[in-house]
Amino acid sequence: MKLRAGAAGVCALTLTALWTGVVMADGSGDPAAVKNQDGKYYDKQGNPTYSIKADGTVDWYTYSGFIRYSSECLRCHGPDGLGSSYAPALVDSLKTLSYSDFLGVVAGGKKAVNTAQDLVMPSFGTDKNVMCVADDIYVYLRARSNGAIGRGRPDKHEAIPAAAKKWQDTCFGP
Amino acid sequence: MRCFSLTVGICMGLVATLTAASVYADSDEEKAAANPANWAMPRLNNSLTAYSTLKQINTGNVGKLQVAWTFSTGVLRGHEGAPLVIGDVMYLVTPFPNIVYALDLNHDGKIIWKYEPKQDPNVIPVMCCDTVNRGLSFGDGKIFLHQADTTLVALDAKTGKVVWSVKDGDPTKGETGTSAPFVYKDKVLVGDSGGEFGVQCHMTAYDIKDGKRVWRGYSEGPDDQTLIDPEKTTSLGKPVGKDSSLKTWQGDQWKIGGGCTWGWPSYDPQLNLIYWGSGNPSTWNPSQRPGDNKWSMTIWARDLDTGVPKWVYQMTPHDQWDYDGVNEMILTDQRINGRERKLVSHFDRNGLGYTLDRVTGELLVAQKYDPAVNWTSGVDMNKNSANYGRPTVVERYSTETPDVNHTGICPAALGTKDEQPAAYSPETQLFYVPTNHVCMDYEPFKVSYTAGQPYVGATLSMYPAPGGNNMGNFIAWDGKTGKIVWSDPELFSVWSGALATAGGVVFYGTLEGYLKAVDAKTGKLLYKFKTPSGIIGNVMTYEHGGKQYVAVLSGVGGWAGIGLAAGLTDPHAGLGAVGGYAALSNYTALGGQLTVFTLP
Repeated sequence: MKLRAGAAGVCALTLTALWTGVVMADGSGDPAAVKNQDGKYYDKQGNPTYSIKADGTVDWYTYSGFIRYSSECLRCHGPDGLGSSYAPALVDSLKTLSYSDFLGVVAGGKKAVNTAQDLVMPSFGTDKNVMCVADDIYVYLRARSNGAIGRGRPDKHEAIPAAAKKWQDTCFGP
Repeated sequence: MRCFSLTVGICMGLVATLTAASVYADSDEEKAAANPANWAMPRLNNSLTAYSTLKQINTGNVGKLQVAWTFSTGVLRGHEGAPLVIGDVMYLVTPFPNIVYALDLNHDGKIIWKYEPKQDPNVIPVMCCDTVNRGLSFGDGKIFLHQADTTLVALDAKTGKVVWSVKDGDPTKGETGTSAPFVYKDKVLVGDSGGEFGVQCHMTAYDIKDGKRVWRGYSEGPDDQTLIDPEKTTSLGKPVGKDSSLKTWQGDQWKIGGGCTWGWPSYDPQLNLIYWGSGNPSTWNPSQRPGDNKWSMTIWARDLDTGVPKWVYQMTPHDQWDYDGVNEMILTDQRINGRERKLVSHFDRNGLGYTLDRVTGELLVAQKYDPAVNWTSGVDMNKNSANYGRPTVVERYSTETPDVNHTGICPAALGTKDEQPAAYSPETQLFYVPTNHVCMDYEPFKVSYTAGQPYVGATLSMYPAPGGNNMGNFIAWDGKTGKIVWSDPELFSVWSGALATAGGVVFYGTLEGYLKAVDAKTGKLLYKFKTPSGIIGNVMTYEHGGKQYVAVLSGVGGWAGIGLAAGLTDPHAGLGAVGGYAALSNYTALGGQLTVFTLP
């Protein structure tokens, strides 16, 4: 029994090490969902996160994020967050960017204009088509960045929660 | 009346000066264009055929082509367009920051002068799909630059000093400059970009002497803005009537209606008409803008001097797929059904190749130039039909219902062909067309408009057309019959403008970076060379010191660099199909370079 306990201890250690690796690759820390509030999932730090069921069904925000990403961000950042000849791959960026970093860049824009490159991201702070769904886009990219979902349109998704519908109507206006 | 005669005297003097000036302006540009050694216009001539009579390089020896010299532009972004060559000097422009170089052909491209405009980099992110620039124009001793921030600048061709400069549009509202300016007679024509930002787009003519605006014609709006004459302007033979555009929009939507004009206008000096296409209506969500949305997606024939349209033809009424109608208008004279006709041919994003009578605007041919095209079953050619000239939309490929993923639509939004222009050889009487072979799923949804912010309203995913892995073809097309004569498959979309030559050789570039030479008659590959980066520029040719050269800009980017960098996936391939298609980023990286070829 001692032996088995020892093995379990080693196992736990290995898992922790692996887990730490995963944590380090997400700018917002451990992406595991610990709370479901009206169909929106949160990690233990209170950051929005994704929830993917065993059969591949994704939460509404992940799905909505795919739709909105593809409409608002793809034009520069390429399909599925993979980057392009024009702008960086956000699946990589989110490995270091935290949730609040992400919101800051989206709202305020970003400039890297120097002798080597002219990278400029606009400020979307006044663009409802982006700001109203910034959480959705974040959740989607977080799922992509952690390898929780693959490329393309998620096959199955949870229905739009009443809270999300209400938020969209309020935020976008009539 | 003394005053009168005096005025007349002065006037006559003035007229004489003016005439001399405009003749000079005229002949300067036309003389340069008439010399076959030069490449003095963006597409070589005012018909946009990109057909060179040079034939030192021919089907027999093109296989021996070698690199003569190269030039790094110092800019990384996508390099569209082609350089100009006038005499001993080559002129080229880079993507943002739009550096203009004058290179000395007597010294392997030594820099004679360099002009770098100061532009606010905030224009970069409002340029949909990369900071490209499609080239310069020449006339009246000046080089014309259309900057990203819409400024049109006239530079002294000898010194690079600014002669005059004028602001064409407002980048804070999403209006940008990507197209080449075009010099016809004594005018410089400039179109704008910004269809994805809800810009009310326009074509504007400036005086070549001083940059004074002569006229501006909007793509949509009341007649005094479109310059349409309700009685004299016709569509398919009939006068369009009063406010023909306004009637096809709900409320004030035309004010953010798009219809941009960043393509390649051509010019018929005998008819004094210019031809170009207007782009997609904004937004991409069709249910949000009911009506035909005229005159977006339209072929325009406007009088060069007044801007008043002689005729218009809307190809895709009420666009539902972002099939921008901006592609080049190529002018040819060919015999159709036993009759010699003046024609305009156009390969639209919507996958149809059109041939019209360019005098009257009569529709003669409208056929698919990629068999994959499925959104329409064809254009109604029956003159007595109520739907004459309209494409019949296949119901299952309509995207009218929002919040639904409409699948399997061919072509994708980038079109069967995008801006990269085709060439035409009068010898073979064939068009050489770089094409995309890509389909899409399209999911529109409601968006709100904020000035200067993207106004898109659709999500789309793209994938190669069914039945193969090739995302492009380079085809030869008979514009008289609307038939593909030969078709060379390409791994990626062909995003490079074609060149046809009297040597029987046709040239184009590929996204991997190959310059390719093929037999004009058969499409057989005769030569290829891998340049340092993917080619989205147009191949050009010139003669210097008795030798023929072929040149092309490399530098991957544009929509192709964005859409294809990561490689496409097929959302309908089912479980187990991994990755699927080639990723452009595995073949090429950024970097602007000119490569010049010649025979040993």
